[in-house]
Amino acid sequence: MGAAEKLVQWDPTDIKAELIKKYPPKVARKRAKQIMINEALENGTPEITANVRTIPGIITMRGCTYAGCKGVIMGPTRDIVNLVHGPIGCSFYAWLTRRNQTDPGPEGPDGENFMNYCFSTDMQDQDIIFGGEKKLATAIQEAYDLFHPKSIAIFATCPVGLIGDDIHTVSRQMKEKFGDCNVYAFSCEGYKGVSQSAGHHIANNQVFRHIVGENDEPVEGKYKINLLGEYNIGGDGFEIDRVFKKCGITNISTFSGNSTYEQFATAHQADLNAVMCHRSINYVADMLETKFGIPWIKVNFIGAEATAKSLRKIAAYFEDQKLIDKVEAVIAEEMPEVDAAAKDAQDRTKGKTAMMFVGGSRAHHYQELFNELGMKTISAGYEFAHRDDYEGRRVLPFIKLDADSRNIEELEVEADPERYSPRKTEEALKTLEEKGLKFKDYEGLAPDMEDGTLVIDDLNQYEAEKLVELMKPDIFCAGIKEKFSIQKLGVPMKQLHSYDSGGPYAGFKGAINFYKEIDRLVSSKVWSYMKAPWQDNPQLSGTFVWE
Amino acid sequence: MLLRHTPKEISERKALTINPAKTCQPIGAMYAALGIHGCLPHSHGSQGCCAYHRSTLTRHYKEPISAGTSSFTEGASVFGGQANLTQAFNNIFTVYNPDIVAVHTTCLSETIGDDLPQIRKKAITEGKIPEGKYVIGASTPSYVGSHVTGFSNMVKAMTELAEPTGKKNGKVNLIPGWVEPCDMEELKRISKLMGVSTIMFPDTSGVLNSPLTGEYKMFPAGGTTIAELQSTADSTGTLALGEWCSADAARQLDKKYKVPCTVLDMPFGLKATDRFIEALRTLAGVNVPEEIMTERGQLVDLISDMHQYFYNKKVALAGDPDQLIAMTEFLVSIDMCPVHIITGTPGKKFEKRIKEITADMPYEVNVKAKGDFFLLHQWMKNEPVDLLISNTYGKYIARDEDVPFIRWGFPILDRQGHQYFPTVGYKGGLRLLEKILTVLLDRKDRDDPETKFELVL
Repeated sequence: MGAAEKLVQWDPTDIKAELIKKYPPKVARKRAKQIMINEALENGTPEITANVRTIPGIITMRGCTYAGCKGVIMGPTRDIVNLVHGPIGCSFYAWLTRRNQTDPGPEGPDGENFMNYCFSTDMQDQDIIFGGEKKLATAIQEAYDLFHPKSIAIFATCPVGLIGDDIHTVSRQMKEKFGDCNVYAFSCEGYKGVSQSAGHHIANNQVFRHIVGENDEPVEGKYKINLLGEYNIGGDGFEIDRVFKKCGITNISTFSGNSTYEQFATAHQADLNAVMCHRSINYVADMLETKFGIPWIKVNFIGAEATAKSLRKIAAYFEDQKLIDKVEAVIAEEMPEVDAAAKDAQDRTKGKTAMMFVGGSRAHHYQELFNELGMKTISAGYEFAHRDDYEGRRVLPFIKLDADSRNIEELEVEADPERYSPRKTEEALKTLEEKGLKFKDYEGLAPDMEDGTLVIDDLNQYEAEKLVELMKPDIFCAGIKEKFSIQKLGVPMKQLHSYDSGGPYAGFKGAINFYKEIDRLVSSKVWSYMKAPWQDNPQLSGTFVWE
Repeated sequence: MLLRHTPKEISERKALTINPAKTCQPIGAMYAALGIHGCLPHSHGSQGCCAYHRSTLTRHYKEPISAGTSSFTEGASVFGGQANLTQAFNNIFTVYNPDIVAVHTTCLSETIGDDLPQIRKKAITEGKIPEGKYVIGASTPSYVGSHVTGFSNMVKAMTELAEPTGKKNGKVNLIPGWVEPCDMEELKRISKLMGVSTIMFPDTSGVLNSPLTGEYKMFPAGGTTIAELQSTADSTGTLALGEWCSADAARQLDKKYKVPCTVLDMPFGLKATDRFIEALRTLAGVNVPEEIMTERGQLVDLISDMHQYFYNKKVALAGDPDQLIAMTEFLVSIDMCPVHIITGTPGKKFEKRIKEITADMPYEVNVKAKGDFFLLHQWMKNEPVDLLISNTYGKYIARDEDVPFIRWGFPILDRQGHQYFPTVGYKGGLRLLEKILTVLLDRKDRDDPETKFELVL
């Protein structure tokens, strides 16, 4: 059965109706607003409801604020001791499970790297009853005595918020006591906000407040940028850095893949911020611009074409012919191998369909790679996005602040009295805009998807299973929790949070890896073994021949 | 060095746990609940707990793990989770239609003091739990005990379903503890060979090692049925495997319904399996069949064949108490030397049992309940070993210290097949021995100088 044949079976409206049919009326009404049939409207795309509470009892793909803060944002920085204040579980589950890779590089094998460690205060019932501040202070002291790190970060878990332990005061006191170790805390209790997204925000705010701009010692290098919203899953950051290096671009700091404390501390010296994951970090880009005068552009290094386009954007910004030429040379050098790999895979992948329900940017970025394989994304959505990730930043002024978002601190940022310096004049920025380089802009996922495709926010297990049954995609992309229920249906499932055991998928080399991986998945013989040979024919009835 | 900051010198830590050898209660409760047929586990707290537990169980078992969450936000955390839970019941029974929901609490709902029995009562009154459907609950605060405690608490909660009819069913209740689904399958096979009719609970076989057929069943064919759980009150007796995982449930049935219970060690290795067979034989009044004798003899045969490689080899162990006690005994029985043993699960009895098992060894064993991998690593730096047995997290130590390593216990995140190949019973003993010998000889083959590299070992 060809892909086209499968698609005509269902109209998107029918599919939507089918997805919400079984729900109690209140749930159905709510879900209906989070399931959008994509179509181009005069001023954009239809409105979708996003960043709203998960419905209790519905098996969601989402995690919590702590997961977003400790796991996603702070996890990948190697030389910070991340100490979780709470019962043991929260620290245990975030221990090495996100496949963040790190390379101490010039610091060598003796360089500081605490990422393989898991630190917890392991709160017991007496700590919950009598308060855990003393235990926290002792734990910080013990960590300091054992490792003498340059920085210790403290994370609050659910019960810490409830019993009112003042982790910020404890941290400040310990910082003052040590003198040579920056200690700060994150109020990232799991119940805050509605998804991981709140945790990203809490983490980024504290990084901005406590680390960024701490070191004014000049950073060497030309074309200085920061890469925001790249977490080095499966070595993505390594590949992007390889390409940057080849082009002669200096990446001061990646927030936060393969990162170090010093990189954050010197990030304010960059001349451009390149934003990968818009959701997790767009506010940091804004704050860096307001405080230090660094403009930002949206980039995407997922997909070879997207990588080339993003490199050209960076080169265009610096307006230096030498860099522009170098970038073109690098693209020309890298692309033949990529094209050959794509062409090889396309024999098996062309015309096939994909579904993607991941994160808050990946479900958009990875459509580029599927396009390069000749595959079409028939449904996509995010676990923890906000409306602007779907509809673009133009809707930002119209997003209503609800109680859950109001609980997440917004930093008031002003221009730094000494260090604010606009990197380009207003006119220069305007000229670049006219040439097509857009600043502070993100159009969102919906405009990139075809009309009639389904964009679904906070997809849950039941809807995932229904979608797959109805639309029979050739591949489904989500996270580990979804992996095996989809595969039980006979459809290959690729993890796009942690990449199963694969990667990198970013940049040029990453694209080649991805083509091979998707080719392997959609061409695997295993999916043809679901039924035993005798199940194709009706079971024999009556007597056996030899009887 | 991956764990380059771990010093050889051991300093006392009062407040800081580094690299834990345990995790929290709810994940154990969730795993146990999956062993009931038609059951949806439900996590009463914020959604991150549920996501983490589902992720970790999925990574270990390589199977779909369905579970609901009350998805607390700040409001629920302040005003209590009752509204969230009753709403969850309504949604769960409408959308997923399980036979039973097994609710466990989290540190969040425990700290705010949500009263599960009261919420359940209210939900029943309000008609949120349909006729013929069941809800059981376990209190599993994460700041008490460990994942093992949570497992035990949920198994104990299963006894809430027991309903005596006054007529004995002639069966033996068998509580296997936290073992792999294939281990539960193996225990059933052994019981069948013995001619003993059992009710095993929980039973994740067929649930967490289900076939790939192109169909997804949220509630696969396996698991202990509600009817079986109801019938546990009428059984001849209960065999509880493992003091930490299984004894509470067994004692509860004894206390409430006079079903006599025997608490045994988990049947890993020769001696613990011998005791299991003996207990089964006595309780059910059956003879041990020839097949079982053959399996036992085969295990003894392999031990004798392999003994030369095992003798006096030092082993470090990390894991859960019930498994470690049986494994330590097995290692001692084949003349290996367990020298460092840690579990994260608290309990003084553990240290006492290990000391008893290793009493005749010519050295003092390092053992600690409430220990962590950091301490184990430090011990290993001070007294190196020939083998490390632990869950996947031990691989960092194994690489740094260049020690042969066997993954055994929970969680195993980086190897597959453990859900299919049992390590309980005599057959399981064969597999454990093969695993141990393979890593030891692979190491010898790697390290021997060319002059000593031999074909015949």
